[in-house]
Amino acid sequence: MNQVHQILVERLKSNLELTGDAVRYELGEVTLTLAALDLPASMILLRDTPDLKFNQLVDVCGVDYRDYPSKDRCSSRFAVVYHLLSIDLNHRVRVRVFCDDDEQPAVSSVVDIWPGANWFEREAFDLFGIVFDGHPDLRRLLTDYGFVGHPLRKDFPLSGHVEVRYDPIEKRVVYQPVTIEPREIVPRVIREDSYGDV
Amino acid sequence: MAEIKNYTMNFGPQHPAAHGVLRLVLELDGEVIERIDPHIGLLHRGTEKLAEHKTFLQSVPYMDRLDYVSMMCNEHAYVMAIEKLLGVDVPIRAQYIRVMFDEITRILNHLLWLGAHALDVGAMTVFLYCFREREDLMDCYEAVSGARLHSAYYRPGGVYRDLPDVMPQYEASKFRNQKEINKLNENRQGSLLDFIEYFTSHFPSKVDEYETLLTDNRIWKQRTVDIGVVTPERAAALGFTGPMLRGSGIAWDLRKKQPYDAYDLVDFDVPVGTNGDCYDRYLVRVEEMRQSNHIIKQCIGWLRKNPGPIITKNTKVAPPSREDMKVNMEDLIHHFKLFTEGMHVPAGEAYCAVEAPKGEFGIYLVSDGANKPYRLKIRAPGFAHLSAIDEMTRGHMIADLVAIIGTQDVVFGEIDR
Repeated sequence: MNQVHQILVERLKSNLELTGDAVRYELGEVTLTLAALDLPASMILLRDTPDLKFNQLVDVCGVDYRDYPSKDRCSSRFAVVYHLLSIDLNHRVRVRVFCDDDEQPAVSSVVDIWPGANWFEREAFDLFGIVFDGHPDLRRLLTDYGFVGHPLRKDFPLSGHVEVRYDPIEKRVVYQPVTIEPREIVPRVIREDSYGDV
Repeated sequence: MAEIKNYTMNFGPQHPAAHGVLRLVLELDGEVIERIDPHIGLLHRGTEKLAEHKTFLQSVPYMDRLDYVSMMCNEHAYVMAIEKLLGVDVPIRAQYIRVMFDEITRILNHLLWLGAHALDVGAMTVFLYCFREREDLMDCYEAVSGARLHSAYYRPGGVYRDLPDVMPQYEASKFRNQKEINKLNENRQGSLLDFIEYFTSHFPSKVDEYETLLTDNRIWKQRTVDIGVVTPERAAALGFTGPMLRGSGIAWDLRKKQPYDAYDLVDFDVPVGTNGDCYDRYLVRVEEMRQSNHIIKQCIGWLRKNPGPIITKNTKVAPPSREDMKVNMEDLIHHFKLFTEGMHVPAGEAYCAVEAPKGEFGIYLVSDGANKPYRLKIRAPGFAHLSAIDEMTRGHMIADLVAIIGTQDVVFGEIDR
């Protein structure tokens, strides 16, 4: 860990009153794991504390950890990952929040803290079904009008559930169940022992 | 006087000024915009989901198709994320090649942006001028990768192959006689680097040409000055990056602040605007083209003097050479495993961002140690910019909306993913 990151980790620990396990340093990136309840207060601290000053929210995304093999890294199925950037102090941090409920995942919205979060949260809601409490306009964003399901969840098939075609009799586009067979060209393989030297 | 109520109007998705498939639902008071509700996703292909079902190498061409006018920059972020997780080193020559092509890509992108933006606002000629120069740069793309647009040239650990020693030339056809062909081939007699050098020596005067058409043009200024003003604080809070942020006066450039590859070895300036309006963003982008040209020149100088490997020697990540493969059993196995099963990326997560022409293009990669990504999140700069269109256009006229869409430089490949 270089000095810049060392200082950042110290500042994060002291300002957010975090214990050792909540701050990780890997591959030159600092990751905080916060409880869903603490999220709004901690995010305001991250933005407003003078020696942190994360004034830009770069990215918000959902992650579905259902099939993730090392379970010690994920306490529940859905997580929301925020990437913050401080333009003034030139440092980044990643904040991860696990949603407590696997059936109805929800976290607080950060739109009031960074207005740029609006569409990112709508996208995560659309693709993962994570509800952001307090979001002013939580509608679907990327998927089709009237779409059912959350496509980036691990239990959603790659081909989807419906396909569209033009029906010459009804003279309109109709939806029907997909007709393509699921197929996998290259199987997903995890090598147990460290395969090779990388 | 008759009472006029607000009304709702649909804009796009087939409107020529909508830059692709943007659908806006406008709430208007006369010709003044009260509120905009953008409907996006008409080009949603599910790249992130598809990448979870492809090996790491198979997803490289998907990156070209995200922001389809700055192809190599997207690949750059993706391969950097893989390299970070793998911990492989990239040979210095590959780093310079990547920097050079990132800057070629930036010029390509800004030329398309400038042409399309000016066309939307009513200046036809700029578009034709810009596409003339784009043609030369796409020939550079074609010379290294074989494709004019979707190059798939970067690889984890380096680039696909070294720069060619001969520049492809035009051949005689029934449409062009030999004399015309000779004239077209005049600057293609040497290597690719000679061709790019010829381009860089002429490009600044071409930028001057664009500027004579626009910079002091009264109509252009009336259409862009004080349109879509964003304050620096607001720009940062809304997640703006790239020229959109610099136009508002924040000198933030990842190439300078968090340099990647060989950017800390080249010299360039970061242009910054003052007012945060469409005109300032235009000036910033035009100056960026000149700076990119300057960076390309430095890269050519370095690349001429320093031959060397262009991809890592690690055969778990990059294929072995063809000669080795023919004589060495182990190399043959490596080649076979790499292109069937693919490379295994250690479990972990990485976020890598590059200064793409439009702003910060980031890849957040979660790996579980398999031969495919567990989760790939694409952070597209245009997505954050477009989400602020409501705020930027409020109180403006419909005609200004077109200028603001133009200044945001939206491309739906990356916004809809």
